[in-house]
Amino acid sequence: MSANLSAIFYLISGILFILALRGLSSPETSRQGNLFGILGMIIAITVTFLSIGSFSSGFIYVLIFLLVGGLVGAFIAYKIPMTAMPELVAGFHSLVGLAAVFVAISAFLNPEAFNLGSAGNIKLGSLIEMSVGAVIGAITFSGSIIAFLKLQGIMSGSPITFRGQHLLNALILISIIVLTYLLCSTQSSNLFWILLAVSFLIGFLLIIPIGGADMPVVISMLNSYSGWAAAGIGFTLENSALIITGALVGSSGAILSYIMCKGMNRSFFNVILGGFGATEQSSTQNKEQRPVKSGNAEDAAFLMKNASSVIIVPGYGMAVAQAQHALREMVDTLKKNDIKVSYAIHPVAGRMPGHMNVLLAEANVPYDEVFELEEINNDFANTDVAFVIGANDVTNPVAKTDPQSPIYGMPVLDVEKCKSVLFVKRSLSPGYAGIDNELFYRDNTLMLFSDAKKMTEDITKNL
Amino acid sequence: MEIDPFIFRLSIFILSIFIGYYVVWSVTPSLHTPLMSVTNAISSVIIVGAIIAGLAGNSESIFNASSIFGFLAISLAAINIFGGFLVTQRMLQMYKKKKKDK
Repeated sequence: MSANLSAIFYLISGILFILALRGLSSPETSRQGNLFGILGMIIAITVTFLSIGSFSSGFIYVLIFLLVGGLVGAFIAYKIPMTAMPELVAGFHSLVGLAAVFVAISAFLNPEAFNLGSAGNIKLGSLIEMSVGAVIGAITFSGSIIAFLKLQGIMSGSPITFRGQHLLNALILISIIVLTYLLCSTQSSNLFWILLAVSFLIGFLLIIPIGGADMPVVISMLNSYSGWAAAGIGFTLENSALIITGALVGSSGAILSYIMCKGMNRSFFNVILGGFGATEQSSTQNKEQRPVKSGNAEDAAFLMKNASSVIIVPGYGMAVAQAQHALREMVDTLKKNDIKVSYAIHPVAGRMPGHMNVLLAEANVPYDEVFELEEINNDFANTDVAFVIGANDVTNPVAKTDPQSPIYGMPVLDVEKCKSVLFVKRSLSPGYAGIDNELFYRDNTLMLFSDAKKMTEDITKNL
Repeated sequence: MEIDPFIFRLSIFILSIFIGYYVVWSVTPSLHTPLMSVTNAISSVIIVGAIIAGLAGNSESIFNASSIFGFLAISLAAINIFGGFLVTQRMLQMYKKKKKDK
């Protein structure tokens, strides 16, 4: 197949990828969009085989490695529980990053195969593109590994900070630029390996200071990085499918990071520099015990039975307790009693963008009962009961009233405007931001201290 | 003077960023998780580079340092392609509208 013809096919697969993302504008078109994506991938892979033409014995090995990877991927995709999606996505990002690094290494070792010149004498432009792809790929890889470990709970979700952290990171970033410059002027393979090692290190250092609840931003950011890495490799290989895809993924991740930051009213740099939630919050506040009203499942069931409308506010705690199915059963019972139920999702609820929506969809909650913050926030005032399950900071009215608070200015769900608020929570402990939730002490709040799943089941029994 | 082909690639790149910008803003927030998993899958189109690298070895030595990295990259990208598209499909199947008969 001629180079021009394959370039046209790569363009087609790039367009199919655009349509894949376009499909996600509504759930009805999304499944078709995904098929476009699969088709684009099949075209890209087939064209690559055809353009190489000579089916040497290496071909069989390509198929073997492809199949092994494919089987592993398919197995993971079918086995993974929906609550583990954030970890899965972080893990997948790390693979894209590592694959980019490996392709860059192959191209560096054997530039003839890619038409980039000869070893030790690679075209300058290609070498720069290759280095950029490899550096971003390496950062994506090690950063995603840390994100994965934090989400999986293998590594503590609290930020790890030390003195001189920012200075060290800045020095490493400068050294990456210097190393890239030296690499391009000397073509030394030793420098190439050092550059990779330093990039792996900075990816690791950049993510360790970022706390667990900032993971939505981190995952989106790594998503973006994996795109830029792919684009860098795309420039090296002069492949338009890769360039288009890299740009799409890069901007997608960037937009998601922006939405997540806005959901927390924090600047991107504030999140990236990390340490949030580890600050000296404990010394503040007068530690007097304020009275709270706490109740049991019977009280909660009584309140809801007498309500005519209920809004459910899920948070990360629901995912941890795997309470989505129990919640759905409770809602079914409520609906049988002619109570209007809807769900309110805060943009940063959970550990990744759209986390809560997926869990509710898994529990068969129709998506037209689930609303975003702007859509539903005015409805709280006309609602009888807000049922907050596993969320905390995103409901804290302090964000609206106290300019001293670290979460001041963050958009919050106005649950306090409901006639009564039910809070399912394991204890009175403050949320991620380390601040007390004013709502716990309100007269119209009833605390339900229990595991989210168990409490929801008990309420259903009492309805 | 002739235009460097790099400029054309750069044009594709920049225009694609703009396409990405507008397309992604139109994605409904409830599908942000599938968006992440599908972008993951499509960015694994990097497999085309891995295939070229893997097939670069000649018949005497299929495995050399460069092609081994290529083969490894093929497997990694394949995990992502299959895993990414399938898990996206699995998620999207779950998004349902309210049943009419209720």
